[in-house]
Amino acid sequence: MEGLNIPLNHILLVSSLLFAIGLLGLMIRRNIIFILMSLEVMLNSAALAFVAAGAHWGQPDGQIVFMFILSVAAAEVAVGLGLVLQVQRRFKSLDMDNADRMRG
Amino acid sequence: MLEITLFYIAATVALVATILAMTRANAIHALIYLIVSLLAVAVIFYLIGAPFAAALEIVIYAGAIMVLFVFVIMMLNLGEKGDAREKQWLSPAVWAGPALLAVVLFAELLYVISSANGPVSTGVVSAKQVGLSLFGPYVLAVEIASMLLLAGLVGSFHLGRRYLDRNTPEEEKSQRGAE
Repeated sequence: MEGLNIPLNHILLVSSLLFAIGLLGLMIRRNIIFILMSLEVMLNSAALAFVAAGAHWGQPDGQIVFMFILSVAAAEVAVGLGLVLQVQRRFKSLDMDNADRMRG
Repeated sequence: MLEITLFYIAATVALVATILAMTRANAIHALIYLIVSLLAVAVIFYLIGAPFAAALEIVIYAGAIMVLFVFVIMMLNLGEKGDAREKQWLSPAVWAGPALLAVVLFAELLYVISSANGPVSTGVVSAKQVGLSLFGPYVLAVEIASMLLLAGLVGSFHLGRRYLDRNTPEEEKSQRGAE
């Protein structure tokens, strides 16, 4: 199963569309869980661009950067969801507009 | 020809599922759509000759990371009240401006990628090649990634440790005031 005929343009197009959707979600949502999900979408679109570029040149480097993006996403989600629990406990709400001061 | 048809189907599924995920009011529904989107991206990885990346996408992204989200949403116990509030926040007045900005950014990206051409892959990049490269020239980056994961582990343990039993500073202050 080799993607001999898929143009690189179109994969990069899908990747940038996913990135734009993720950015839009990041800006319009106020719930911190949706903000974290939008960040996941944006990281995933960057990973798609890396893997597509690696496949274009026939090198494994794209997939290696994909793995680093995966570990960054895992660490970010772990800390972010810990923060979600703390925000919910302190403000009794997930609205990030409540948490706009440095000192709770 | 079959690959190219499958690619367009998978890309459409990924985009539609992501848009639906970003606009749902219920967090669990959004999460299911996000998982569908990640699975579609895994299909794209497989089609462009990266089967190892496709497997990792399913196991780690759609498996482990999304299960973390599910656990946290279950612990928060949001309920129907949260859905109504989310719907209220998602009015056109809220998303019109950000949508314009995202479209501008997308147009710029489109201009940048328009110079890329040619087919995407000339063969499969196997897991063996990835592993040889990962523990060859990239071994220092692997060590740094492991330290990053350790930092994430310690950080999330610290943040989530006393989720249930410790009072917040405000509560302690009010208790002291009561005494």
